[in-house]
Amino acid sequence: MTLQAYLTLAAMLFCIGLFGVLTRRNTIGILLGIELMLNAVNINLVAFARFLGDVSGMVFTVFTICITVAEVALGLALVILIYRVRRTAVADHLDLLRG
Amino acid sequence: MIASIAFGVLAVVLLASALAVVLTRNLFHSVLYLALSLTATAGVFLSLDAEFLAAIQLLLYAGGVVTIVVFAIVVTERLVGDRISQTSRQLGAGFGIAGALLVAILAIFRRSPLPIPRPAVSGDLTRAIGQSLLTTYVLPFELLGVLFLAALVGALYFARPDD
Repeated sequence: MTLQAYLTLAAMLFCIGLFGVLTRRNTIGILLGIELMLNAVNINLVAFARFLGDVSGMVFTVFTICITVAEVALGLALVILIYRVRRTAVADHLDLLRG
Repeated sequence: MIASIAFGVLAVVLLASALAVVLTRNLFHSVLYLALSLTATAGVFLSLDAEFLAAIQLLLYAGGVVTIVVFAIVVTERLVGDRISQTSRQLGAGFGIAGALLVAILAIFRRSPLPIPRPAVSGDLTRAIGQSLLTTYVLPFELLGVLFLAALVGALYFARPDD
């Protein structure tokens, strides 16, 4: 398969994830959309690393995967904390700072 | 030939499950579709000869992240079900923005085609990743350990029981 095919696949995946982030009401749903977007970025990194013969892209993918896991753990801890305080996980209800 | 068939199947599974993640109304089903799409991504990594990354993808994402998200849903939704509408009214705007971005990216691809031939695999990629991690990128690698410690302590702090 050509590099173009992988990049197109990743672009589609990224846009699907962006659509999820923009339209989900539940904060956990928004986090799932972010997961999809980061996944698309990983595909791009690995594809470029493979086609350019440079292993750095794959090392960066290791980093992004690990950082994503830390991000999800912290994000979900925040969601649980917010739920405990406000009894809701819907992003529209979290308008404490609205003037 | 077999490679392109495998890539096509993987791409269809990946995009279909990703669409299911963002469109299904039940959040629990959404996480299960996310597990499917993460596994399909591991397959894409395999098709790019990155076996190590495919293994990491399965272990950390499909294993770890999905488990954490399932726990979070169980904690925050009193009844797992679809009684709450999961999508907002701004479906059209979201579709417009995401679609416009996709069109823009594909237009850029069309303007600058990347006719890079696929080089043969040179040596053991897993070995090369490991050597690169512990030589060139050893400082980010160690910082990653600090980040994990901070994330772990932070998550424990946020999720501590009320006292």
